[in-house]
Amino acid sequence: MSWFSLPPVERFVSWGMPYEWAWGVATVVDILLIALPLMLGVAMIIYADRKIWAAMALRRGPNVVGPFGLLQSFADGLKVFLQETIIPSAANKGLFLLAPIITFTVALMAWAVIPFNSGAVLGNINVGLLYVLAISSLGVYGVVIAGWASNSKYPFFSAMRASAQMISYEVSIGFILICVVLWAGSFNLNDIVKAQKDHIWIINGFVANPLLFPIWVMFLISGMAETARAPFDLTEAESELVAGYQTEYSSMAFALYWLGEYANVLLMCALNATLFWGGYLPPLDIPILYWIPGVVWLLGKILFFFFIFSWVKATVPRYRYDQLMRLGWKIFLPLSLVFVFLISGYLMATGHFA
Amino acid sequence: MIQAFAFYLFATLMLFSGAVTIFSRNPVHSVLWLILAFFNAAGLMVLVGAEFIAMLLVIVYVGAVAVLFLFVVMMLDIDFAELRAGFVRNFPLGLLLAVVLFVELFVGLVVDNAGGLAIGKTSGAAAQGALSNTEAIGALLYTRYLFLFEAAGVILLVAMIGAIVLTHRQRSGVRGQNVAKQNARRPDEATVNMQPEIGKGVSL
Repeated sequence: MSWFSLPPVERFVSWGMPYEWAWGVATVVDILLIALPLMLGVAMIIYADRKIWAAMALRRGPNVVGPFGLLQSFADGLKVFLQETIIPSAANKGLFLLAPIITFTVALMAWAVIPFNSGAVLGNINVGLLYVLAISSLGVYGVVIAGWASNSKYPFFSAMRASAQMISYEVSIGFILICVVLWAGSFNLNDIVKAQKDHIWIINGFVANPLLFPIWVMFLISGMAETARAPFDLTEAESELVAGYQTEYSSMAFALYWLGEYANVLLMCALNATLFWGGYLPPLDIPILYWIPGVVWLLGKILFFFFIFSWVKATVPRYRYDQLMRLGWKIFLPLSLVFVFLISGYLMATGHFA
Repeated sequence: MIQAFAFYLFATLMLFSGAVTIFSRNPVHSVLWLILAFFNAAGLMVLVGAEFIAMLLVIVYVGAVAVLFLFVVMMLDIDFAELRAGFVRNFPLGLLLAVVLFVELFVGLVVDNAGGLAIGKTSGAAAQGALSNTEAIGALLYTRYLFLFEAAGVILLVAMIGAIVLTHRQRSGVRGQNVAKQNARRPDEATVNMQPEIGKGVSL
């Protein structure tokens, strides 16, 4: 079960390294252990997204590069890597180049607190969920800075839309997370996963709870809005804004946006799995299911949620901007507030905090 | 050693970005440097063990307040010559404010050295030891500082309502969308079959 465990500092110390060096090396190794598979995963998930999308449109999708088109993402990556990076002459050069780097970095940062197995987490901090919220609120800067630094009309419109949209949905996501924290009694993601063990009868996961199920549905939809994924991809609505904030970008800078966006989507899927569907725990609390390692369960759940995201992208038409704002402020915000009230009331009444 | 290194890194970066915030010519650059300063302040908070405050600093200031700052500043039509003229005119006022702030800070430090009040000292729930940051703050906020906490909430609510009242205007002649009505509409109410005579047309 513990084949996926990050190398502890002690192992390096036992090899005769001074503590500080061991700490540094262990941290770098841990980061690479998460970031490299994640990058590979992003490349493959772009391929999967295109295949699912194609299947729903009765097309074949990428099928030329490599067996079944599996190497399509790598070919695309190589292509953009060899292209020239064009910087518009009117752009604010430094910020123009900084923006995609911010998006990409921020998309990777939040993975530090996701538990891949019992205890297998890079930063096992007490305020893990707040950290996730803080990092996801940084994501908007990549888009806003890109929009401003491009010094072009459409990217700027896109940046304004993005900042309004992300701030709006963060409010309801905050309330939704409070419900989860109330029930789990901790901000630590590892503890939240543990709190879901046989939550209702033998089901591992808050989602089986009738009070938390509607909250999960809201979280899924807010997650799509937060990652600016279809049907809420108004920041890059091609029929209105050319390509949104990415209009002026080319080559690797454009690819960084692309990768960061998908890393963010994967993170949202991982959060859905971790907060509501039992994370690395098997779906049912039956001993034989624990033979399968936790990271496999987590991966399976992430892929399941990614399929939902992809499915929605393939089938649901894009929201209009005022509809998006209405959904965020007039429906999700009051509803999530009501659920904070209901859930905390229920927990107080049943003596959960005693 | 790692902590010391992190402290000096965060502190230097914070002071530097704070200074650049002031000296930067472009307001958008100023806001971005300010964000970096917030971020390093959060890093310092983590180092002293106030992780909850650090995360709140990032969520509230970097994630919300600074985004709105940036939002407003980006839409400004900046005339640098005018800005600099204003700087000369307002320089005495700015200097006065700076002196007042510095004196207050200085007095505060001196008074604290002379034996400060016990306001900031740990007491009550926070001193009980094994509590996590979040629990300790919650225990204090909802017992000892309950009234202040609730009063702060009410003040914020009043400010919010005030802002809405000031900016809200009832416009006539605007055809808003009634989503419930749209969803309740059925095809037989919306469409009608007609057999118009030639040359007569249809009245809707």
